Amino acid sequence: MTTPAEKDIVIKVENLTKRFGDFTAVNQISFEVNKGEIFGFLGANGAGKTTAMKMLIGILNPTSGKANVAGFDIYNQPEQIKRNIGYMSQKFSLYEDLTIAENINFFGGIYGLNDDEIKFKSEELLTKLNFHAIKNNLVSSLPLGWKQKLAFSLAIFHSPKIVFLDEPTSGVDPITRRQFWDLIYEASHNGITVFVTTHYMDEAEYCNRISIMVDGEIKALDSPKELKNNFQIDSIDDIFYLLARKAKRIE
Amino acid sequence: MNAIEIINISKTYKSKTKTITALNNISLEIKEGELFGLIGPDGAGKSSLFRILATVLLPDVGSAKILNYDVIKNFKNIRKLIGYMPGRFSLYQDLSVEENLKFFATIFETTIEENYDLISDIYKQIEPFKNRRAGKLSGGMKQKLALSCALIHKPKILLLDEPTTGVDPVSRKEFWEILKKLKSQGITILVSTPYMDEANLCDRIALIQNGKILDVDLPENIVNKFDKDIFSVASDNMFLLLNDLRNYSHTLSCFAFGDSHHLVIERNKADENLLIQYLSRHKNLSVKKIEPTIEDCFMQMLQSEN
Repeated sequence: MTTPAEKDIVIKVENLTKRFGDFTAVNQISFEVNKGEIFGFLGANGAGKTTAMKMLIGILNPTSGKANVAGFDIYNQPEQIKRNIGYMSQKFSLYEDLTIAENINFFGGIYGLNDDEIKFKSEELLTKLNFHAIKNNLVSSLPLGWKQKLAFSLAIFHSPKIVFLDEPTSGVDPITRRQFWDLIYEASHNGITVFVTTHYMDEAEYCNRISIMVDGEIKALDSPKELKNNFQIDSIDDIFYLLARKAKRIE
Repeated sequence: MNAIEIINISKTYKSKTKTITALNNISLEIKEGELFGLIGPDGAGKSSLFRILATVLLPDVGSAKILNYDVIKNFKNIRKLIGYMPGRFSLYQDLSVEENLKFFATIFETTIEENYDLISDIYKQIEPFKNRRAGKLSGGMKQKLALSCALIHKPKILLLDEPTTGVDPVSRKEFWEILKKLKSQGITILVSTPYMDEANLCDRIALIQNGKILDVDLPENIVNKFDKDIFSVASDNMFLLLNDLRNYSHTLSCFAFGDSHHLVIERNKADENLLIQYLSRHKNLSVKKIEPTIEDCFMQMLQSEN
């Protein structure tokens, strides 16, 4: 029997560890993420974020520890995990030489939606993004900010429980970056859990909770407000700097 | 003397279906010894400008000079004077760290030993891995190797195209410390970045978007020119607050800025008390009039462009 509180936990990680030879990339990390939460996963380059994320999305086997993602075990049910999550990286993974409509059809297809569902949802998506008039344009012709919105919308096209975003806003202009966060807020408002990495410390402030990884370990985990209270430091940027510069690992 | 002079440069890229204007009549002067920042998002035209200055791309219109050498006629002279670090990692992935550095020293007819002083601060950090192939390095280490290679022939001018993109905040701070040191040795540095907070670390900056320069000035002058009022507003429910502020009758724009929202209003149009009254349903409300950041200024310019 699960208690109501446990049902709302969509990611549960216990002592998760990954070693490559004698190098411990991720060292016994533990945390939980709640349904609909925006969880910021911060860390310097080489701290182990990407390795941890790969284990959570079911594409890398851990050395030890436990994790349950979207209700599935990462050792035994990686395929179910992949069906229940969305993923977007800074490289977007859209097909540049396909049109907007073709990309939508393609992603709908690989997520296993049937033709009626794809038709209905793609109408909905084209309306929401105001893309009807340009649906037959190649993705390569779109401005970066539009591609980003399309990529995010396709990452949640199959209504996943969790969407993983790996530095989704690198390099875009400050207005587009904030419009992208409007989409993240909306997804979270609709109950989709958002797990996001970023190098922009102002974006860490938009998360409900953040963790800061240093040398494979989680060194801090709380809401931005509580972190600032606990450290008696009034910016996340400075807290990050304080923790991350103690890193011994040279990437 | 100006280290770099750019006069009315335009550059377009044409394909069968469309024409992209990367640079639209750009002019800039960068003084010797200056640390000059080119600030703008991806696709603004920054890399095209760097390639033209590095003599690896021809402009359609206009001209540019580096230490009085013309980028088209005197490209051979220029290549000896500049160190260029492109945005995309472009060292030899299958050569080791040390082999890459040796290679660049050799083609500039020098040796690692001869100019070791200039790179020692940076190179020391990657020297423990000198036998590792460049392709196997992490992002931060690649960046340090690329900078070492760009410096090994002791250039007068450094052209650094987005050296800190995708790099974590700690490494970014370290990198800017390195740039400060290089500047103190008299090297002119032109550096581009999409991170607005790095603008304040430059002597002067140009804000660039869609191939056009929006403004060129000292960072503090750009902030001083901002002619609107700006309030920093926070409450317990930031999502609701953002919507409420956007619906406020005097609002020109409102965007999230870390732990508060920045509300932009025409100068002297807003009464702070009325604003507080309008937001009375919010708990733990705080409203403060603030000075703008470079990012506020850039966003205001983007909006008046559109």
